[in-house]
Amino acid sequence: MTSLKPWADVKVGDLIPALALPPVSRLDLALYCGASGDHNPIHVDIDFVRTTGLPDVIAHGMLSMAWLGRLLTNWVPQTAIREYKVRFAAMTQIGEVIGCTGEVTDKFEHAGEQRVRLSLTTANAEGQVKLSGEAVIALA
Amino acid sequence: MIDRTYIGHVEPPFEVLVEKSRLKFFAKATGQTDPVYTDDAAAHAAGHPALPVPPTFLFCLEMEAPDPAAIRNLLGMDYRRLLHGEQGFVYERMAYAGDVLRFEQSIEDIYDKKNGALEFVVRKTIVTNQRGEPVAQLRTVSVLRNS
Repeated sequence: MTSLKPWADVKVGDLIPALALPPVSRLDLALYCGASGDHNPIHVDIDFVRTTGLPDVIAHGMLSMAWLGRLLTNWVPQTAIREYKVRFAAMTQIGEVIGCTGEVTDKFEHAGEQRVRLSLTTANAEGQVKLSGEAVIALA
Repeated sequence: MIDRTYIGHVEPPFEVLVEKSRLKFFAKATGQTDPVYTDDAAAHAAGHPALPVPPTFLFCLEMEAPDPAAIRNLLGMDYRRLLHGEQGFVYERMAYAGDVLRFEQSIEDIYDKKNGALEFVVRKTIVTNQRGEPVAQLRTVSVLRNS
């Protein structure tokens, strides 16, 4: 269980604790296919994928967004998340080692709450950005 | 080109029961090890009435629509050329196992870039719970590659 960080102690430029993931496996994608209900064959069926011109299955973008969601809920309780959005910038491939990071970019007050804005990224070991996004967190 | 007159189109709302077993399976599939998401006692200790719906799972529940391809088919989009461009959530309150959530989807915008080589469809989905309380708004940008 995570607890809320004191707003006063959080500074623009602070990095929140990163999340390192094991290499993306076919099992990961099969499990996410079933658990998410996203049965698009491009994520699990290599015979289908070969008809599209891609060399191999690709990870679900929303699986990466779920990992970034874990980054957030490892840092604060989910009840503190006000907004969360991402742009899918590049495909995540089998075997890639993905890291999730977040940085405080703004502190502001809104709707009587003390909030912070985070920039969020998933990237592979070479630093290629896969997802970029942001979240708004209410800290008090 | 996608027919722009569908901007503003609203789909019939539908309801989805949040099943505890789905939440546990989702936690496994996303590597979530925080027991708040899998163990009733841990969820209660953290102040939740039941297992919480994690931040992105509302998108999965939205795919439980009677016809998850309804908008895609309405707009005549070939899913082989379709990419998920952006996804956003604005949260109003938590949702939990046992809730019955209501989803109302609408087409907020349709536009193109690069002389029509890329078309963008913006879907907005309003989620409310069984008490009629707002839960979240989802914003999904789909990208259709025409070239």
